[in-house]
Amino acid sequence: MNHIRSILAAAALSLGLAAPAAAQDPLKVGFVYVGPIGDFGWSYQHDQGRLAVEEEFGDNVETVYQESVPEGADAERVLTQMALSGTDLIFTTSFGYMDPTLNVAKKFPNVKFEHATGYKRAPNVSTYSGRFYEGRTVLGHIAGHMTKTNKIGYIASFPIPEVVRGINAAYLAAKAVNPDVKFSVVWVSTWFDPAKEADAANALIDQGADVLMQHTDSPAAMTIAEDKGIYAFGQASDMERFGPNAQLTAIVDNWNPYYIERVHAVLEGTWESQDSWHGLAEGMTQMAPLSDAIPDDVKASTQEIIDKLASGEMHSFEGPINRQDGSAWLAEGERAEDGTLLGMDFYVEGIEGSLPK
Amino acid sequence: MLRLEKRPVPSRFWTIMTPVVAVVATMVAGGLLFAFLGKDPVAAIRTIFWDPIFSEFAWYYRAQLLVKAAPLILIALGLSLGFRAGIWNIGAEGQYIVGAITGAAVGLAFYPLDAWYIFPLMILAGALGGWAWAMIPALLKIRFGTNEILVSLMLVYVAEQLLAKMSLGLLKNPDGHGFPGSRNFQEYPSAHNVELIEGTGMHGGVLAGFIAVIAAYVLLNRHILGYQIRLTGQSARAARFAGVRPKLLVAFCLGTSGALAGLAGLFEVAGPAGQITIDFNVGYGFTAIIVAFLGRLHPVGILLAGLLMALTYVGGEIAQANLRLPAAAIQAFQGMLLFFLLGFDVLANYRIRPIKREVA
Repeated sequence: MNHIRSILAAAALSLGLAAPAAAQDPLKVGFVYVGPIGDFGWSYQHDQGRLAVEEEFGDNVETVYQESVPEGADAERVLTQMALSGTDLIFTTSFGYMDPTLNVAKKFPNVKFEHATGYKRAPNVSTYSGRFYEGRTVLGHIAGHMTKTNKIGYIASFPIPEVVRGINAAYLAAKAVNPDVKFSVVWVSTWFDPAKEADAANALIDQGADVLMQHTDSPAAMTIAEDKGIYAFGQASDMERFGPNAQLTAIVDNWNPYYIERVHAVLEGTWESQDSWHGLAEGMTQMAPLSDAIPDDVKASTQEIIDKLASGEMHSFEGPINRQDGSAWLAEGERAEDGTLLGMDFYVEGIEGSLPK
Repeated sequence: MLRLEKRPVPSRFWTIMTPVVAVVATMVAGGLLFAFLGKDPVAAIRTIFWDPIFSEFAWYYRAQLLVKAAPLILIALGLSLGFRAGIWNIGAEGQYIVGAITGAAVGLAFYPLDAWYIFPLMILAGALGGWAWAMIPALLKIRFGTNEILVSLMLVYVAEQLLAKMSLGLLKNPDGHGFPGSRNFQEYPSAHNVELIEGTGMHGGVLAGFIAVIAAYVLLNRHILGYQIRLTGQSARAARFAGVRPKLLVAFCLGTSGALAGLAGLFEVAGPAGQITIDFNVGYGFTAIIVAFLGRLHPVGILLAGLLMALTYVGGEIAQANLRLPAAAIQAFQGMLLFFLLGFDVLANYRIRPIKREVA
């Protein structure tokens, strides 16, 4: 079915591009991905969102996408091409597309843009992202309970606020249930490089880590964890199939409701530029089912944390919390402001090592 | 049965014809690949090779062809000098990165000063940066006889780390809320590599590419240095008797290719890309190797090969969007081009003869 539709779409494009769009035309929604849709992580989840849009709106929408688009000049060309060929709404799903998105949006005021994880907006550019650090708090809680060596291995991409925030959130939650826990962070300087990620996983395991966390996009570390008989957490997507025994749970980026909502807004004519940062409460951040390897009491306390984070009764960063250098950050009961979180460039007290500068 | 017989001199006809044959073979094999993926092969090939130049939005794509081809041509020209002399710079990607970093650093150091001399200084710094990065393998080869292929390639990975470090540290946009990446040169007129003629894609790098084509042509055909390069490639021993100083040649070839790659990086970062980011480099330095060989290491050939390669990129993107071809299929398609080129190169150097029955 999908196949037939794509052929029809291609035929329609090649025949009818020259004709001005008729009123009855389906809304054309474009998606630009930084990785291959087969990364089973970040880009894969965004593409799931695209498919959800197709399913929700059927013939009222037509989607196009482009995968593995490098950030910078190439992104600008891909976006321009999409806008030229009549796309009405374009989701640009990587931080590095920020300036290209703004540039193209300026040239096509009638096309609406949605940029993930950025901070620059315009009348026709919205931004959106998930509070994935809430998921990190959940992972940290489980990891703190599950580790026997008290050593958590963390495969990190780049020391940007998003990643630093995740390490801090996970560490604080792990430390809360296991005061002896230590985090070893390996910076692999890539978002998607299965070979590098696997090397990092092996190195961490050799250093004694028995639970792995990752902030990179491929399931490489999960497969290593499965082979070595240790635990790991899926990233961006449910990676259970890559580690049926290893995966304890996963942070799942669930873009589906947001994408459906925004497409709906365009169809209704109510779309406006806005900024969304959604977490467990809105369902943009979700947890994959908890593994049966987790003892029942830990499962229960984990579920409680998920519920409390969702209801707002609990916050991932609630004082007292000091910075790594010992200086005070949050006072007793004080919660971190979004602004601080968005620009987070420091470790919290207790994490060893320093951020690469 | 057939056998290969070495030609005394490479066939002139086949030397020129192999790229054409390789392109045709790539179209056929690529068409088969697309057909296996369930796409109309004719439509796919037409989308890749025809649409960017002649379709409704060609006015935009033609400009983009220049933008995409410029860094490829600049880098490939530099590489071709060394390749002709048997000096293998595989690390142009690293020199491209370092040129972008040094050039951008100079521009950012002047921010927000408005002065005419900033962009020329950036160009100089970009070329110097690329040159310096290429001189590392050059000096190691001259002094210790190290293999320039390995050293230059390894330095690409060092350069990538440097790039990440710069985007996260020294060159990070102070107004960027802690996010990685430098200021955007598109918002800093004195440092911006603007389009010389609006809407044509003609930016400084394209102009530099054209100038470099002419300069390389003159160098190779009219200058003693070009003669020495060609001679060294044909016979290193003969070249030494003819007074070529091999070490100097290594320094010149690696240094020049580094400087050109650095220039390409600078023009890219100050223009189309706009900023230093962690993922700034997209593989021009490696693709340029294909372009250099596809262009037969000849300046005019490289110009055409660069444009052809750009066509497969831009057309490939259109095919992805309109026909839903996977990105990997486009990359495989581009890889076929080099594969067939090297394969058909046999025809230039060998004659295919039927095996004669030998009398017992």
